[in-house]
Amino acid sequence: MSDFLIINVVIPLVQIGVLLGILGLAAGYIVLAERKVLAFIQSRLGPMRVGPHGLLQPIADSLKLLLKEDLIPGSADKLLYVASPVIVVAMAFTALAMIPFGQGITLLGYHIPGVIADVNVGILLILGISGLTTYGIILGGWSSNSKYPLLGAMRAAAQMVSYEIALTFAVLAGLMVAGTLSMVGIVEAQRDMGVWFVFIQPVAWGIFTIAMVAETNRAPFDMAEAESELVGGFFTEYSGMRWALFFLGEYTAMLVIAAVNVTLFWGGWMRPFPNVEALAFLDVVPSGIWFLLKVTSFLYFYMWIRGTFPRYRYDQLMALNWKSLIPLSILNLLVTGVVMLLLA
Amino acid sequence: MLETKEFELNMGPQHPSTHGVLRLVLHLDGETVLDVDTVMGYLHRGTEKLCETRNYYQNVPFTDRTDYLAAPYNNLGYVEAVEKLGGYQVSERALYARMAIVELSRIASHLFWLATHALDIGAQTMLFWCTREREVILDFFEAALGDRLTTSAFKPGGLRRDLPEGWVEAVLEFCSTFPARVEEYETLLNANRIWIERTVGVGVISGEDAIALGLSGPMLRGSGVDHDLRKVLPYGGYETVDFDVPVYPDCDSYSRYLVRMEEMRQSTRIVQQALAKMPEGKITGKAPKMIKIAEGVEAYHVVESPRGELGYYLIGGGKDIPYKCKIRAPSFCNLQAVGPMCKGHLIADVVTVIGTIDIVLGDVDR
Repeated sequence: MSDFLIINVVIPLVQIGVLLGILGLAAGYIVLAERKVLAFIQSRLGPMRVGPHGLLQPIADSLKLLLKEDLIPGSADKLLYVASPVIVVAMAFTALAMIPFGQGITLLGYHIPGVIADVNVGILLILGISGLTTYGIILGGWSSNSKYPLLGAMRAAAQMVSYEIALTFAVLAGLMVAGTLSMVGIVEAQRDMGVWFVFIQPVAWGIFTIAMVAETNRAPFDMAEAESELVGGFFTEYSGMRWALFFLGEYTAMLVIAAVNVTLFWGGWMRPFPNVEALAFLDVVPSGIWFLLKVTSFLYFYMWIRGTFPRYRYDQLMALNWKSLIPLSILNLLVTGVVMLLLA
Repeated sequence: MLETKEFELNMGPQHPSTHGVLRLVLHLDGETVLDVDTVMGYLHRGTEKLCETRNYYQNVPFTDRTDYLAAPYNNLGYVEAVEKLGGYQVSERALYARMAIVELSRIASHLFWLATHALDIGAQTMLFWCTREREVILDFFEAALGDRLTTSAFKPGGLRRDLPEGWVEAVLEFCSTFPARVEEYETLLNANRIWIERTVGVGVISGEDAIALGLSGPMLRGSGVDHDLRKVLPYGGYETVDFDVPVYPDCDSYSRYLVRMEEMRQSTRIVQQALAKMPEGKITGKAPKMIKIAEGVEAYHVVESPRGELGYYLIGGGKDIPYKCKIRAPSFCNLQAVGPMCKGHLIADVVTVIGTIDIVLGDVDR
């Protein structure tokens, strides 16, 4: 087999296989982790019955969901109803291809990179693809042909479109410092400058972190679901595996956006203080582990705020975005530009 | 121009936030509520009519099932009305034991109100924290009264049996730790920006409107009207204990929240005082085994239940069963405020308003 074939076909295929295999399971275990974390915040134990400390719960849950009756409401638009959960999941998984999980390893003389596709406009592509998730949600809510899902879908559309603006402006501020759109390039820029961008762009990071919670429809911004107001929000009518697909999409999207946050602001796969020689012994830990540690902290952050915050109201959510986050992010962009001009 | 029309949304009777089987028909413009129709009666069991077919003792369990979150308070209202009707004396031990039990039920009821209200607004952790303390109180009820929810706590003249050994000490220990728990809830909510934004200025009803609509309890005191039947028309020995009535003038959901939080603290004080004052002696008072009230003799007794003014109107029928038993249910009257409080707000606020009224559908429909 020629090297060309191995590098361009075999390695990516193996990477994709491994990633999909791990992630299908990982999403289930993030759900379990969330249930456990919430349980400990709420002074209870969480799942305990299936396996030791409930460790087999995700498997039992997915089996149950697979075996459930596949129900499509009579008045639903069948094609869109079936397609929308698929859109949500597909978009979330596609975005994962651009995430650099580590430095990569050398195996049998071939270098296997830590990323499936090092696209030169990686971060732009991720934002674009995540933006398409909104279609899955709007179409899912609309095609159910029911009132609560319609309201949920309306909210989701407005919310995700508006928060994307703040999110993108925050990303731009980081990109101005990095000088590249490639996800790998961003991490390498942080290595070369010897500092994580969160210390250069703390405001942008703050905005990004708030906007990412809203972008993934998570508490306290879970308007679209808002089970106490809209019953189940946009997926009220969904059940069984289709419902689970929405869930899978949501948790994978969380993973993606947390990974973008880590890559852009927290040095990606690098160990803490990459420029301090005294800490070189930390390199024993593989770069992938550092990356996962950082991503897990963000996932914990998601669960933590879900356990402690009430839900925003729809209009307050919009006011927060349009009146505070967007002006602030534009100002931040302006200041960054001026400072860079003066330093240049 | 596109043709636009009002959007009609059925909220309930099966909806996570209508606290039972309440049905609201919302007329919406987008997410803004234009009008609300309240439909109820899904839990109507004809309690008042049933009371005309059983004797005075047998009616006590019916009262459990009206406001089931504070059953001892309903028992108290009914039992004291019967005592008023027949002129029976309550032993002093029973008087203070009752006071402690009903104030514990007020705490339990407010705890569950906070749990569900916060859950409706999205703070799910409160549900578990509050039920944790409520469980302790329900255990006290189980120990002393034999049941956790439908207690049938009292009988005319006193209690059915004496308090179990060690009960008083256990309750006093709970009372010494409970205020710290209330503070714990407040750290999570009081200064929380989202909580404040969701409750301040939501569900506003002025003091005059509140009186005109016949609202009572925390609904009234959260609108700046200082009216608590325990102070205004003292019953059941309340004139002998020292407590404050919290009143907040802002008329919104947040001030009603503050009222109820403070009431939990004050109730703890009352329980402590009542148990300290409770003498030894017989817990059953002087009431005949078979109560017979002459025809046409009537009595109306009101108590301040956790939800507001709870009244029992009884007319004797000559035999051992009442001729008429009318219940003035606080939830029923308070529910009237849903319409005026929701108009012009968003759907999310409807949920807040239902929560802040603190309705129990068993009490509304009876």
